[in-house]
This record gives sequence, C-alpha cells and structure tokens, in this order.
Amino acid sequence: MKGALYLAWRYLGYHRAKTLILTASITLIIFLPVGLRVLVRQSQEQLTARAEATPLLVGARGSPLELVLNSLYFESDVPATMSFGEMGRIEATGYALPIPVYVRFTARGYPIVGTTLDYFEFRRLRIAEGANLLMLGDAVLGARVADELGVGPGESVISSPESVFDIAGTYPLNMRIAGVLEYSGSPDDNAIFVDLKTTWVIEGIVHGHQELSGSGAAGLILRSDTANVVANAAVVQYQEITTDNLGTFHFHGDQGEYPITAVIAVPPDQRSESLLRGRFESPDEPMQIVRPIDVMDELLETVLTVEAFVIAVVVVVGLSTLATAVLVFMLSLRLRRREIDTMRKIGAARRNIGAVMASEVMAVLVAGVTLAAILTGLTSRFGSDIIRSLL
Amino acid sequence: MMVSGRSSTSRCWRNDVCDRDVASDRRDGPPVIEVQDLDFSYAEGDFVLRIPRLAIERGSTVAMVGPSGCGKTTLLNLVAGITLPRGGVVTTNDVEISAMTDQARRDFRIRNIGLVFQEFELLEYLNVLDNILLPYRINSALKLTMLVRDRARELAQEVGVADKLDRPPDKLSQGEKQRVAVCRALLTEPVLLLADEPTGNLDPGNKGRVMDILFDYAKRSGATLVTITHDLDLMDRFSRVVDFRQFHAQDE
Repeated sequence: MKGALYLAWRYLGYHRAKTLILTASITLIIFLPVGLRVLVRQSQEQLTARAEATPLLVGARGSPLELVLNSLYFESDVPATMSFGEMGRIEATGYALPIPVYVRFTARGYPIVGTTLDYFEFRRLRIAEGANLLMLGDAVLGARVADELGVGPGESVISSPESVFDIAGTYPLNMRIAGVLEYSGSPDDNAIFVDLKTTWVIEGIVHGHQELSGSGAAGLILRSDTANVVANAAVVQYQEITTDNLGTFHFHGDQGEYPITAVIAVPPDQRSESLLRGRFESPDEPMQIVRPIDVMDELLETVLTVEAFVIAVVVVVGLSTLATAVLVFMLSLRLRRREIDTMRKIGAARRNIGAVMASEVMAVLVAGVTLAAILTGLTSRFGSDIIRSLL
Repeated sequence: MMVSGRSSTSRCWRNDVCDRDVASDRRDGPPVIEVQDLDFSYAEGDFVLRIPRLAIERGSTVAMVGPSGCGKTTLLNLVAGITLPRGGVVTTNDVEISAMTDQARRDFRIRNIGLVFQEFELLEYLNVLDNILLPYRINSALKLTMLVRDRARELAQEVGVADKLDRPPDKLSQGEKQRVAVCRALLTEPVLLLADEPTGNLDPGNKGRVMDILFDYAKRSGATLVTITHDLDLMDRFSRVVDFRQFHAQDE
C-alpha cells in the first residue's frame, strides 16, 4: 500500500496541472453550493436580525420593501416622503415611541440619516469617540465610515449634491463631526447620523444667511413687506453651521409639513402594537404601517427560491464537472494502458495497480474536499463581514 | 563493466532467496524453461504457435531468432506467465507456470524473472532511482529495504547512471534508458532474464554496453539469459541460438 501511495503521489506531482485542475474542480463542485448556502443563511440572519429589532415602520403608501430597505438598511431608492406632522399622529395615540428617519442625502457616498437622539438609544448605539449630536449641523459617523474616510471628531464631512446638474439646488452643507460610533456590525456602521433638522438644512428648507435687516444689506433687498423680504442672489448663504451663525438659521412654512421618509414606531407591548396597526390599516389611510420582519420574510422567501434554483443549477453544473473529471480519469487510464501493462508484465499485483489508481483518485478527492471545507470554514467565519461590507 | 550477481559471498537483500542457490548450483538440475506440446492462439486473429518441445538449460544464454510475427515474443510471454497457452505445458524454473493462478504467476514473475523490453518501458513520472526500484513498489511480495536501495544504487553505479538517479527518464539518452531498464530487471536477482530485442533501439556503442551488462549478470549469477534479437553480430556471444522457423507459427 505504501508503494502504491508513493507511486500515486509521484504521478500526481508529475502531472501537476492536471492534478490542480481536477482538485479545483472537485473543490468548486463541493464549495459552490455549500458556500452559497452558508452565505445566504448568514445574510438571511443579518437581515432578519435588523428587521426583528424594528417592531413597526410607518411611511407613505408605496412599496413596503423600498420603505424597509431605505429606513433599516439605508439602501434602495428614496421612498415617497411623509410629512413630519404624521409623527405627531403616532405620538398622540400613545401606543408607541415614534422615531423619525429621513434617509435621502449622502456625503461621499455614505447615506446621511436624519433622526433624533432616540434612534441611538433604540439601536443601542454607543459613542466611541467625541460626543453625540449637540447642535444643528453636527454629524456622528458610523464606525466604518470614519475608518474608510479617515476622519474623526473635530473634522467635517460635506453633503453631496443630489444632482451635479441642479444649478438651482442648495449648496452642500459642511457638517462638523461631533463623534464616531462604536462598531455595531449593522448598517449603522455605514451611515452618517445628523439631527433631523440638519437634513432639512441640506435640503434647503431650513437655511441661514447674512442679516438683511441691517444697513449693510440695503443693496441686497429687492422687495419687502411686513411678512416677507425678497433679496437678490448676492445674499451670503451659510454652508456651515457655527455657534456664530446658528441664530440666523430659520424655518420657512409649517414644520409639520416638512418631509421625512419613515417613522420607526416602538410600541411597549403587543397590545399597543396591534392597536397602532389598526389605526393605519384603513383603506383611506395615506400612510402604511409595516412589520419589517414580515416584509423581509417575504423578500427572503423569494431569495430562498432563487437560492434553491441557483443551487440546483450549481449541482447540475457540478455533476457535469464531476462527469468530466471521471471522463478525464477514464481517458488517462487509456493513455496509461502501456504503463499499466508494463507493471503487469513485471509482476505487479492486480490489487497494487488498482491501489495506485485508487490512491490518485482519493488524493484528488481528499484534497478537493479539504479545500472545500477550508473555504466553507472561511466563508462561515468571514462571510458575515463580507455581507456587512456589501450591505 | 561488472554487474555483480548473487553469490555465496554477496550481501543478501532478498531474504527469500539468500540461503538458496549459488551460481554454480543454478547450472545443475532440470531445464529452467521447458515447453511441451505448446499450442497457443489469440482470442482474435489467426495467429497460432505450436512448439512440440523446447528445453533451455539453466545458466545458458539463448538467442531467439526468426522473422517478425513468428512467435518469439509470444513464447517469452508464455514463459513469463504473462499469457497462457491453449494447450500444453510451460514449466519455468521447475514450476508449471501455465497451471498457476493469475496472482501466483505475478508473484512468481516478480521473484524469478527479469524482463527487459525493446522500448525500455520506464515510467515517465518516476526518476531513475524510483524506476529501478519499481518492482519493490508494485508487489508486496517484495520488501523495499535499505539494502535494496543500496543495491539499486550499486547497479546504477555499475551501469554508469549513478549520477542521474534524480533525473526523469526523458532527460536520459536511449542507451541510458535501456541501462536503467536493465537495472530494474536485475534488482530482484532473477534466475531468468527475458529480453525482448533489448538493443533494437540502440546505437552500436550502447548495444554492446547493454549486452555486456546482461551477459555479465548471467555469467556471475548463473542466471539464464533468453534474448530475442535480430542482430547477427551478437550471435557468437550466445551459448545457443533457437531459430523459430522450426516451430509452427503462422497465420492460419
């Protein structure tokens, strides 16, 4: 047996390329379906965990999936907005703690999440460096954002314009970084948090500019009456909120009409949750209330169907590859007919020749299975990190 | 060129034979090959070989000559137990090899017979040393010990390939390949050497060298050397020449 193993080893070593290709094929045949399953399970767990931790979500009528993906994972397109006043409606029921979320803008590719301090408490987010949001224009960075941008408290990030072609749009806002969050292993690591009102400043519906009532601004005023002052474009708009200019920032119109994308509703108990859902389930209701876990389960059901299909395809491809590998082996046996014949003539025992061939097949199989197991282990260990970085 | 054979004073690397015969003993007794009423044909084709009687004495050196297709290689295969006759008896080294089981014939062959082929038949994925040691890796009837390894190195030294032990066969000349193949055949200390046109692919210089090695071994160990050859220059060196035209071998 030792001799057979040695000959098999030498044969495989001599035909390295063939051995590597066969081993890689076996590895992939095993790893692809198993690794895919591991990844899907982990992403499923991550998505589900976030959704499970968010009891209810209220938003404007539209796609529930878009609402959930935008509000929980800061992904997807911006859903239809709802008015900030709707939050008061939820609060007035007394059935849940409402936490507003406005996820529309970005800064250097990272989503800006306008919310209140309740959000941090609800998600159990802790400040690792600096302080929490203190004043208008402050930003708290998710851990990964701070890492990837290489910035920290005292520095700043600038909001990105929604469209570079929107010349009538508002100027980007330079936001002071007040603090950085601890790693949470959630989409919060990839977000920039600001006060809700700061997102309205970014949108331009809250703004600050140079004083128009003084004598120095006389040349800037086009028209004024008791209610409004109309100035020309030479008025200096503030692009950064400081303690000096904070007082100049002001709201126009009814704050209750200002936009947000969703309200996270946190009911204290099951009863409150049911009652609150009842309030928003009328056919005439312009809002929708969803349980994120239901939406994600529906999505995952689709994902799992796709996964089953993909795995079926991979298994079919794998079996074809396996058949090819068997064919390669059979053909190599034909090519080795002369070698086998020589061994037989010299006096090789039939079982020894069989053992040489079997050892070669087993060595390739064992190497393939071992590599597949290692890759699966690595996927299992680092898969969640990969998924998180992709989310 | 000296190729040492088994002698009463030589080191023993095969425990199963070390206490047995010496060169002189081998020349005594019944013929090492005895063929009686042989009748052979292949399952397909019309080739038939019939030999009423043929005996080859121990310690002799025999050349088998005759035109291609007259059954020389077939007879070597029958003597070695690689193929079986349809009728008749083939006795090799006192054993009726044609009556043995397949496994017993393989075990017998690897212990008693050294085979040398025209095409060398070295394994491309083994280096020279491993090719020489091949018989010890393919049948557990032989045990690969340090003594055997030393013997392989000695043989390589004697045939002039000691400095090429780590090389693969494709890095050797034709003559070197055949010398390695001869080492492989001699390593088990066979009582019978069957060589099928061992010089057929060699230039004159290497031809003489390879035959020297085979004759030296046969002389020193008392082994019998049976060689198929078409080379008339070599005939004088053999103690006997068997002309196959006397046998009934034809396409019927």
